[in-house]
Amino acid sequence: MADKTLIEGIREALDEEMARDERVIVIGTDIGVRGGVFLATQGLYAKYGPNRILDAPLAESSIVGVGIGAAMNGLRPVCEIQFADFIHPAYNQIANEAARMFYRTGGQYPVPMVIRAPYGGGVGGGLYHSQSIEATFAHVPGLKVVIPATPADAKGLLKTAIRDNNPTLFLEPKKGYRMIRGPIPEDQGCVPFGEARVSRPGRDLTVLAYGMMHFYALQAAESAAKEGLDVEVVDLRTLNPLDSAGVLASVRRTGKALIAYEDNKFVGYGAELAAQIAEDAFTALDAPLLRVAAPDAPAAPYSHPLQDAFLPGPRAILDGIRTLARY
Amino acid sequence: MSDTTPSAEMLADMYALAVRARKLDERCWILHRQGKIGFHISGMGHEAAQVAVTFAMRRGHDLLHPYYRDLAMVLGCGMPMADVLLGSFGRAGDPSSGGRQMPNHYCYKPGNVFSVSSPVGTQLPQAAGLALAEQLRGGDRVVVTCIGEGSTSEGDFHEALIWAGVRKLPMVVVVENNEYAISVPMKLQMAIERVSDRAGGYGVRGVSVDGLDLLASYQAAREAVDLARSGGGTTLLEVRVARLTPHSSDDNDSVYRPAAEKAALKLKDPLPKLRAQLIAMGALSEVAAREIEERALSEVDAAHRQAEAAPYPPEAWALGPVFAGEEA
Ligand SMILES: Cc1ncc(C[n+]2csc(CCOP(=O)(O)OP(=O)(O)O)c2C)c(N)n1
Ligand SMILES: [Mg+2]
Repeated sequence: MADKTLIEGIREALDEEMARDERVIVIGTDIGVRGGVFLATQGLYAKYGPNRILDAPLAESSIVGVGIGAAMNGLRPVCEIQFADFIHPAYNQIANEAARMFYRTGGQYPVPMVIRAPYGGGVGGGLYHSQSIEATFAHVPGLKVVIPATPADAKGLLKTAIRDNNPTLFLEPKKGYRMIRGPIPEDQGCVPFGEARVSRPGRDLTVLAYGMMHFYALQAAESAAKEGLDVEVVDLRTLNPLDSAGVLASVRRTGKALIAYEDNKFVGYGAELAAQIAEDAFTALDAPLLRVAAPDAPAAPYSHPLQDAFLPGPRAILDGIRTLARY
Repeated sequence: MSDTTPSAEMLADMYALAVRARKLDERCWILHRQGKIGFHISGMGHEAAQVAVTFAMRRGHDLLHPYYRDLAMVLGCGMPMADVLLGSFGRAGDPSSGGRQMPNHYCYKPGNVFSVSSPVGTQLPQAAGLALAEQLRGGDRVVVTCIGEGSTSEGDFHEALIWAGVRKLPMVVVVENNEYAISVPMKLQMAIERVSDRAGGYGVRGVSVDGLDLLASYQAAREAVDLARSGGGTTLLEVRVARLTPHSSDDNDSVYRPAAEKAALKLKDPLPKLRAQLIAMGALSEVAAREIEERALSEVDAAHRQAEAAPYPPEAWALGPVFAGEEA
């Protein structure tokens, strides 16, 4: 099986779901003839036409708000926010509206929609094309948050998101769009939410990661293996729902946990992981929890040395592995 | 334009709806004063316009994404009075939200009424989405959405109208202009005389009408709904109404509303005017009008008794359902 890229996984999921279900439409800016700025929708406009692939006005709140309305009137919209950094004007529609609609109507109005957004740094995008925004949204009840780390998962998780009857924020590690390669089985189906994946079994310690940091964690684990350390890597896949049982099981096996995330460290998603481990697996721990994350400055700067200084990568994870191994 | 003059029978029905909304509204204020309900926000002074718009719709067929003042509209779309009061009392039977939302955050699925939120203006892009789906699926339902004039300053209003213009959406955006957003007067909200003046900027049709005049409002609303249904796109319909009450049960409007203005409000009340007008036209007799009023009052009494006696929701309802697929 020839390897494919992560963005190909996204495109295939969109294509197959649109072919399977005519209620699926895509709404976003530059997604039509242009095929999206990252080419996620390349070829889909030609195939499905302007009534399925809708170029939207440059107005993020309405891209989500219109999606909510369409979802409540029989369609299954996939809304694209061009960069996660620009999702903030739509926060109200996502958190106050999409995520709360089901609860506030006592279950009468589900909102079956997906909001896709490329996120994360390492592409020279500076403050506003590099942000990790998952913690803000994982905090919102009623919203599912998904981050694929492989091409097959990109396809399988996006299919699940499109078929799910709830609003799902689908965050794609944009640095990995073409860098992360791997096989996508011909018959790749839905990947269920809430099931973390042990992508590399190991005995000495656990690295918990998602998105681009999962890619780096595998690299760091390879390097650590050369030093005789047997590292387990767990890919969370879905941040909400979180596979708490899967996370805790791995940590109980190894007794040590390194939590890697690209977002700012303070109140990041890794803080929740740390809290759950401390609450539920305290007695299994042989070492303190360790978080490897970005500093608490606004976002990855543009200039390369600054960007490198800011973003955690395989080196930082390997350093963390060594620190934990010493306990 | 087609003949859209309402029949005498329809005029009587319109009056009945306005009266039902008014009597229920008045009861809510009393219940609040008695400490029996925690909050009320009123549609008093907006009823004529709301009734007009409601009757211009194919009720139960067309879609309504209202705002918190639209009591007459949701009653007109079939929501029983008792259901409204179940919400005010926070009881389990509340069809809007099962006691989760504050009062007057209406939702009535059997009448195609979508859920009112608290952050103002969010219903606008959602209404555009409802209309977009209708258009894409080749349906013939018109989407009516409502908003106060102050809330038209929100970005969501502008974003939604851009969609409406670009895609010629089958929608009517009703701006209920009562010249206040809580205490902030219209002149601090916009530098134009009429909200409908904005329509050209979005490429939609703009109309302003005296919303205290039911017949004029009906004519305008009917044209807007018919145009939307026939593929003519969205109308921004401004109805000039009066807010006869403080903003809500939590507001003291004497602080910002001049006494003389408040005193003059009684003259603006659309209901006595409508009553006299319909009697003068022969659409209604004095006896028939009184019958409508008495019937509305006993409907309120019955609804009140029913809602107050209804059980509270079980505590578990505080926790969910949060996600579709996990309903009990
Ligand atoms: C986004 C948001 N900001 C503030 C409020 C508080 N608030 C509720 S109603 C209101 C005034 C709205 O005025 P207008 O749109 O003119 O409607 P009216 O109440 O006069 O009918 C305000 C400020 C809110 N609900 N939502
Ligand atoms: Mg107002």
